[in-house]
Amino acid sequence: MTSSTTPAVELGKPPFGGGLDLVPTTDEAQKAKDYTSDQEVRWCPGCGDYAVLASVRGFLPELNLKRENIVFVSGIGCSSRFPYYLDTYGMHSIHGRAPTIATGLAVTRPDLSVWVVTGDGDALSIGGNHLIHALRRNMNITILLFNNRIYGLTKGQYSPTSEVGKVTKSTPMGSVDAPFNPVSLALGAEATFVGRALDSDRKGLTEVLRQAAAHRGASLVEIFQDCPIFNDGSFDVLRKGDDVAERLIKLVDGEPIRFGNDGEYGVVRSASGGLEVAKIADVGEDAVVVHRAGEEDPTQSFALSRLSDQDLTHTVTGIFRKVDRPTYDDGARAQVEAAKEQATARGDDLDALLRGKDTWAVMPEPENEQ
Amino acid sequence: MSTDTAVGPADREVRQTHRVVIRFAGDSGDGMQLTGDRFTSEAAAFGNDLATLPNFPAEIRAPAGTLPGVSSFQLHFADYDILTPGDRPDVLVAMNPAALKANIEDLPHGGMLIVNTDEFTKRNLAKVGYEANPLEDDSLEPYTVHEVAMATLTRGALEPTGMSKKDAERAKNMFALGLLSWMYHRGTDATEAFLREKFAKKPDLAEANILAFRAGWNYGETTESFAVTYEVAPARLAEGTYRQITGNLALAYGVIAAGQQSGLPVFLGTYPITPASDVLHELSKHKGFGVTTFQAEDEIAGIGAALGASFGGSLGVTSTSGPGVALKSETIGLAVALELPLLILDVQRGGPSTGLPTKTEQADLLQAMYGRNGEAPVPIIAPQSPSDCFDAALDAVRMALTYRTPVFVLSDGAIANGSEPWRIPEVSDLPDLSVTFATEANAPDGSGEFWPYLRDADTLARPWAIPGTPGLEHRIGGLEKADGRGTISYDPDNHDRMVRLRQAKIDGIPVPDISVDDPHGDAEVLVIGWGSSYGPIGAACRRVRAAGLSVAQAHLRHLNPMPANLGDVLRSYRRVVVPEMNLGQLAMLLRARFLVDAHSYTKVAGLPFQAEELAGVLTDAVKGDLPA
Repeated sequence: MTSSTTPAVELGKPPFGGGLDLVPTTDEAQKAKDYTSDQEVRWCPGCGDYAVLASVRGFLPELNLKRENIVFVSGIGCSSRFPYYLDTYGMHSIHGRAPTIATGLAVTRPDLSVWVVTGDGDALSIGGNHLIHALRRNMNITILLFNNRIYGLTKGQYSPTSEVGKVTKSTPMGSVDAPFNPVSLALGAEATFVGRALDSDRKGLTEVLRQAAAHRGASLVEIFQDCPIFNDGSFDVLRKGDDVAERLIKLVDGEPIRFGNDGEYGVVRSASGGLEVAKIADVGEDAVVVHRAGEEDPTQSFALSRLSDQDLTHTVTGIFRKVDRPTYDDGARAQVEAAKEQATARGDDLDALLRGKDTWAVMPEPENEQ
Repeated sequence: MSTDTAVGPADREVRQTHRVVIRFAGDSGDGMQLTGDRFTSEAAAFGNDLATLPNFPAEIRAPAGTLPGVSSFQLHFADYDILTPGDRPDVLVAMNPAALKANIEDLPHGGMLIVNTDEFTKRNLAKVGYEANPLEDDSLEPYTVHEVAMATLTRGALEPTGMSKKDAERAKNMFALGLLSWMYHRGTDATEAFLREKFAKKPDLAEANILAFRAGWNYGETTESFAVTYEVAPARLAEGTYRQITGNLALAYGVIAAGQQSGLPVFLGTYPITPASDVLHELSKHKGFGVTTFQAEDEIAGIGAALGASFGGSLGVTSTSGPGVALKSETIGLAVALELPLLILDVQRGGPSTGLPTKTEQADLLQAMYGRNGEAPVPIIAPQSPSDCFDAALDAVRMALTYRTPVFVLSDGAIANGSEPWRIPEVSDLPDLSVTFATEANAPDGSGEFWPYLRDADTLARPWAIPGTPGLEHRIGGLEKADGRGTISYDPDNHDRMVRLRQAKIDGIPVPDISVDDPHGDAEVLVIGWGSSYGPIGAACRRVRAAGLSVAQAHLRHLNPMPANLGDVLRSYRRVVVPEMNLGQLAMLLRARFLVDAHSYTKVAGLPFQAEELAGVLTDAVKGDLPA
């Protein structure tokens, strides 16, 4: 059979609706406590996972979803213990494969809010393939990528987001391995929603989560967090010190991208065609780029992701990209539903299927035959 | 060929024959599979019993006219119930020198050879290392040779269409089909209707193929070179309505039927792999039965998505071959730990590694049995023939749903692509596979909690509580769980208990006793096989018995757990012979488990056993001549 680009079933047109449109809601007021399971949380003291867990528990009630219609799926790693601590449905699966499990769930159960919790090793190393394909397909799932730039659960090896030169147990002379930029990667993988937040920034994180959950399609949220045991203080420059405001660039959709203690810096176009940071006093207000998360062309969002180098000189947080595109799961379901309707109209049944077109009958043998 | 001579109505002699094996062989691009398939349909529609063996290279189009590019299709049809596609052809159709060279050794002396002479050019002969044209020297003397210029004749027949010579010659496979159809008294209407439908969007092509087909038929009728035609009467199979079916089609239908009988939506998560891809192709055509097919980014994602779907209350299915099973192993282990239903269809092929993608082998048994970390038992069912794949799939789904476990179906390349008549079951006779999801808290302590690992006392299966069920929110995963409560547990005694419980659950699945076929009741030698070797072993037993010797045959469908009476059966024979298309995997299991001195007979040639060779092995065993 030759290929054809004409779909037999229309795969959906705008408006695409929200990520939770098909998930049943409740009128009962919910609290963070309702989402707290009876399992003792066993992360190390000071782990950034605690802050994220608190934010998620605090945020879920505002969705007003039926708790039983929420599923958290994780892979392997410290962050992947997350589902055990939430009183929803959950699966702690195997290393790197959470997006695959979530895919099967999302396709077959549109009434579920499906979340993936993963880490930099889980999502970007062993599970890199599944991550990019889940994003490309635009599965209706929300992926929380906890990035502490280290392998914690295996006790301190460098990860695919560790800085070049990083000295760890497996790289005593320093890592020679070039890191991924998760936001750049996601944008390159055709992600329709990409956000980033710092674990300790509860307000910023919650806002990104809110929009990620509301997005119909795959949402990737990179969450910077510390591993106090093996990579302590990795993101301290974004938390404390005098120059935090000169490092952190918080995106606001539709607004010029300004930062600094007095908003004295701005993001402007560079001669190379990308973006760079400039003093507004030097370039003028009009040169400052306006953030447009909904722009179909991902070029500017990608350039924003490139402002953040591993040294965190200019770290962009917020929502890089938020665009509508048909989701795989909606398309797959539309095809099945259309086929079911056609089958009903034709009166197809199992008996007819099994018989097919060419049958022959074998009659009982006549009696008395030798 | 066993034949009864009869006088034909015309001057042409018509011979009644009980069975015929025809092999069509040509270049990969010559359409031999289509030709064979079509002749098979004619034989099926006529009511013959039949079995087929497609044999083609992994390369889609190896260089034209070379030995690696040879593709063949063997068809055995008969007026009685047959078990195999036949060891050797009675009739070989060779479309070019490569096809002749690759297949002539299989043609017994006296066999009929039909050659397309047009391809026997100097260049084509040189390509395959023929120094002299075999049509011109005496090397083909032992055979009844019919030289037919098929390309020229096809071209001539298609001249009125105004087609280019090259395009016209492409239809020469239909010329060959027409000639064979005439020789075996097959009608032309069904094939013409088939061609019209196949080329519905290109009526010119349909007419060209029909012209070629008729030209072949008329060639037989009008030339005098074929003095004899043959009739093979319909077979007296059990009463019922029949169709022709391949193993992969039967697997797909089994999955669809299982979805209907269970009332669950079917979700196939898979990745294309030879020779299992046709299961994906077929299922993707039947979304109307509530079947979702997902072509994943890799084997791992395929099974991961299937397991996710199972968690959500669908019938999760994955289809693959040996290399894919290797990649899926970790997820199968997760499914064992999660205790969720999952159907794994493994259509085995030659290994190790990429091995022989288009050839058959049964070397995944131990992989299916043990190929996971930790103690991770999985039930295994092996269908014995193409049509049996339907029942095997249904049976496997029943086990998966009842015992909340992944289940393997071990098919293989021989039965996946091979076909045979299938007595179509009545849908009302299919088993009820309906399941009950958990809806209420079950904690024995009355706490109102839901314990996801509280087992059913009979089946040891855990409850299947799907997301969306209020009050039963729970977390499961690959970490060891506390017996009953299902929370993470590192307790030593608990782990020991859980490992044994998972094993006991699988060991306790009831499977039917193995039956033994021993017509005389006095056999001292038992031959036991599994999977697709049923046909060749059965045919070998018939030969041995026809020679006046006694041999008992048993065939293992349930490889895990094994039938309860198996040990007693094995121990009641003086000698046990285990033929396998691997290096003795079942034999090793039988020896280890039952302490019997099973004799392993093995072959890994990428092709099914021949009845003749197995008959020799069994004869030696009966006479006590087997090497130790």
